[in-house]
Amino acid sequence: MRKATGLAAALALTTSFSVISSAQAASTLESVQERGYLQCGVNTGLPGFSSPDDKGNWKGMDVDTCRAVAAATLGDADKVKFIPLTAKERFTALQSGEIDVLSRNTTWTLTRDSSLGLNFAGVNYYDGQGFLVSKNLGVKSALELDGATVCIQAGTTSELNLADYFRQHKMEYQPVVFDTSDQTISGFEAGRCDMLTSDQSQLYALRIKLKKPDSAMVLPEVISKEPLGPVVRQGDDQWFNIVKWSLFAQLNAEEMGLTSANIDSQKKSDNPAVGRFIGKEGIKGKGLGLADDWAYQIVKQVGNYGEIFERNVGEGSPLKIARGINALWNQGGIQYAPPIR
Amino acid sequence: MIVNENPVAARPAPASNRGIWGWMRQKLFSSPANTVLTVVTGWLLYIGLTPVISWSFIEADWFGSDRSACDGGACWVFITARIEQFIYGFYPEDLRWRVDLVFLQTGLLLLWLMPQSMPGKKWGVIYALSIFPISSFFLLSGGLGLEMVDTHKWGGLMLTLVLALVGIVAALPFGVLLALGRRSEMPVIRFFCTTFIEVWRGVPLITVLFMASVMLPLFVPEEVVFDKLVRALIGIVMFQSAYMAEVVRGGLQAIPRGQYEAAAAMGLGYWKMMRLVILPQALKMVIPGIVNTFIALFKDTSLVLIIGLFDLLAIVQAGLADPKWLGFAIEGYVFAGFVFWFFCFSMSRYSQSLEKRLNTGHKA
Amino acid sequence: MQEKHTMPAPARHYFWNDPDKRALVFQIIVTVAILGLAFVVVENTLSNLEKRGITTGFDFLSQESGFGIIQSLVEYDETHSFGKTFIVGLLNTILVSVLGIILATVVGFLVGVGRLSNNWLVARVCGAYVEIFRNIPLLLQILFWYFAVLRTLPSPRQSLDLYDTFFLNIRGLYIPAPIFQEGAIWIGVALLLAIASVWVIKRWAEQRQLASGKTFPVFYTAAVIVIGLPLLAWFMTGQPVHWEVPALKGFNFRGGYAVIPELCALLIALTLYTASYIAENVRSGIEAVNKGQTEAAFALGLPKSRTMQLVIIPQAMRVIIPPLASQYMNLIKNSSLATAVGYPDLVAVFAGTTLNQTGQAVEIILITMSVYLLMSLLVSLLMNMFNKKMALAER
Repeated sequence: MRKATGLAAALALTTSFSVISSAQAASTLESVQERGYLQCGVNTGLPGFSSPDDKGNWKGMDVDTCRAVAAATLGDADKVKFIPLTAKERFTALQSGEIDVLSRNTTWTLTRDSSLGLNFAGVNYYDGQGFLVSKNLGVKSALELDGATVCIQAGTTSELNLADYFRQHKMEYQPVVFDTSDQTISGFEAGRCDMLTSDQSQLYALRIKLKKPDSAMVLPEVISKEPLGPVVRQGDDQWFNIVKWSLFAQLNAEEMGLTSANIDSQKKSDNPAVGRFIGKEGIKGKGLGLADDWAYQIVKQVGNYGEIFERNVGEGSPLKIARGINALWNQGGIQYAPPIR
Repeated sequence: MIVNENPVAARPAPASNRGIWGWMRQKLFSSPANTVLTVVTGWLLYIGLTPVISWSFIEADWFGSDRSACDGGACWVFITARIEQFIYGFYPEDLRWRVDLVFLQTGLLLLWLMPQSMPGKKWGVIYALSIFPISSFFLLSGGLGLEMVDTHKWGGLMLTLVLALVGIVAALPFGVLLALGRRSEMPVIRFFCTTFIEVWRGVPLITVLFMASVMLPLFVPEEVVFDKLVRALIGIVMFQSAYMAEVVRGGLQAIPRGQYEAAAAMGLGYWKMMRLVILPQALKMVIPGIVNTFIALFKDTSLVLIIGLFDLLAIVQAGLADPKWLGFAIEGYVFAGFVFWFFCFSMSRYSQSLEKRLNTGHKA
Repeated sequence: MQEKHTMPAPARHYFWNDPDKRALVFQIIVTVAILGLAFVVVENTLSNLEKRGITTGFDFLSQESGFGIIQSLVEYDETHSFGKTFIVGLLNTILVSVLGIILATVVGFLVGVGRLSNNWLVARVCGAYVEIFRNIPLLLQILFWYFAVLRTLPSPRQSLDLYDTFFLNIRGLYIPAPIFQEGAIWIGVALLLAIASVWVIKRWAEQRQLASGKTFPVFYTAAVIVIGLPLLAWFMTGQPVHWEVPALKGFNFRGGYAVIPELCALLIALTLYTASYIAENVRSGIEAVNKGQTEAAFALGLPKSRTMQLVIIPQAMRVIIPPLASQYMNLIKNSSLATAVGYPDLVAVFAGTTLNQTGQAVEIILITMSVYLLMSLLVSLLMNMFNKKMALAER
């Protein structure tokens, strides 16, 4: 009789772990292509960067970064499974292989690049941390905020920058830490805190969630550098290159004046740079392990960087953020991509 | 010697305890202290409940399509406008009939299996354990010619029910095995089972979910990928089977020793003894306990909000952040609370009636 | 149950026919399987961690944390280490758990006794309370109190106040804090002295009652001594304790103690939820006491309150304590839901922010789970000891 009991117990213990195999590790590109879709970690809801519309379709800059990668690798920008992640979950999800690429307004820092086993593939938005305060506080500068209560999202660089900034200026503060940005803005709205701190782009995005967006203002101080970009796991250089060049392709396209509307008509162009871009000549997609028209697919299906920016966070969106430093290098910004050749 | 020469006056008739006045005298105003208690409680109820009732019913707004339909009182428009999302999550609109079909099956099965006397209960059980889960799986996730629907589009009440039902059904067999293992005479088996049960019972579900959601993929080779929902389910089942084991163990312990001895004397081996004699009695006895575990699990499913799955509570919470509908937190939470309460309360009532029905004299 | 068969051995004797040997072999197999499984999991994890270049080890515990925490029972700022954040989180968990256990026990006992009241209205109200709060998920209740109820409190400038000493606003509840000056130590000494003398008096009163049957009003004497002695010391040492009253300065109230709304919401929800379970335990415990006990006590002439206190409750406690222990453990585990409203408990601070800043999920989750396990074991140990003590009174 004991045998059976034991067997039963052993089964109970092992079945939950029993999915163990030891197949050859496949490269990320291979597993994405085999699977037929890209797994992309995005924010749970940040207007302009990644948020689901009322039909459940994901929209935003970060979302488009992933769609570009899908267009390049699978030829179809819609073959992306978006996995909403909180700030706390994001790195573990990438490390564990749950997602192929993390595109979730994530700041590129030394620690994250070196000790988390991650690589930042580039910058799709140059940001900086700022403060959102209620107008009726009558505050003009962040330096008047001694003793203030601050709403902040857990596990972000903002949490560290904030501590640095207040310590540096010998001011006191009380951090109220929430899991999601929605909770921080609702805490701000209710008056739980005097100010909300986050990347400036987020502040604008969150401000439109207020009942009266005009009642709050973003202070002029920018207290940090926040280069936001897509992240991949270390150890797969091919995949790292693919994500990196998916970004560069968007920038190159804007520089060359290629848009989703005109790229088809440019197919016959005799400009050799355009020819290389759309895969008629030059190295084509071989080095990346992609189809020759990978860059064409990105622009055709997702658009160039300028289009993506304007549609999601720029004039064509409720956020109305100016290009600023995110303009191309030849237009006063710092967005610069190596050439495709 | 003192003699009372006057007859003692007849005592007044005892206060009537019949009729409404008698009842009130007995139950509400039996002593001065009691009267004070009644009045104070009644007064507190009055000042507490009047605004609630007036807010939620009398001044409430029920119909409309946006917030302009609301003025004062509860704005149930927020709920009615989003009710589909609360039930189906992001499930594609044109495929929702598939979810409805699963709901329908669940409802019919409940009607079939819950009342005391229904014909063909055995077939109902067989259906519930074989065709129902398989058909529900294909209906919900697709396949067999049906369009696939990714699990990240599942949400709302439907996801809550899926998590709870799958959780309980999968936890039961594990729980039985663990309980048997904990009562085994083999010290090693007993040790492993006891450790497993106590460890899972000793940690909060949220850390289990977090572990299942982000760390499980680290435990297995890179190529093995689980769906996020599956990972949450694995966590829930491990956690729940530990609790289930303790419930079943209670039943096993309550079986009089004579039953074991009699079965052994009949020459039944361990499995036959368990299958034919012990488990039928023990499981019958712990049905109320299982229902209570199910209620606990049903409430616990709301924790998946923290790992980013959109169950009923999470989807209501997400709806609260919609800029068009800010400021209806109370309505949202009251609605979600009512739905959870309705399910849990009816189940607990069912469990109580079962307890009475099954109380066939094993407790002595 | 004895499993050894005393039947004559079969003609051909295989070792698998011997249940003892069979059991031994089987246990070896299971042990090997489980150890093997554990090995595979650890191996996989290590190789996955290495392949992905994730830092491992516990060095991070001594690195500077760099982030602030709103509530800390020990001295903490962003220059302290990640290890310190663990302490801060753990203490916050313990704080909310201890407060929750005390409050839930009080409310639970009141409601449980109330459900058995012969006042119809009170019994019904208590019953409704139990049925409502028990059947709604705790997480929802926490969110409700925090996002729906406490959010309606006024801003600091329009605080609700009580005699300008206690203030309530959306930032929390502000209460005066005592400031101890020189000589204040004597008040503490007086308090200890008072407690010691109460204990002595109680022993004496018990013995006198056993010997002579005379009762002594221990409770009132104790109350007088415990309050009176420290008060006397306070006056005699020249009133060395001052109260620091909170006042609005700048954006917030400063001075005094601040009870943050995250703590309030969590505490209210934990208390009301757990109390509904405790009430049920108390009710079934009291109902389990034989009715003859009540009748016998009445027959001896004990008034109702004394009957409850001396006869019913001590017997009911034996039934109540085991489930009470598991409710306490549940409360501790449930306090981890703090992370949903941003109360800085162990899960929110350590398994949240610290995990995210260091990226070392495996180590941190392991530590966190072990700590909860340890706390659960500790509570069950304490309750077992208490249970034994109560059981001894049974004869």
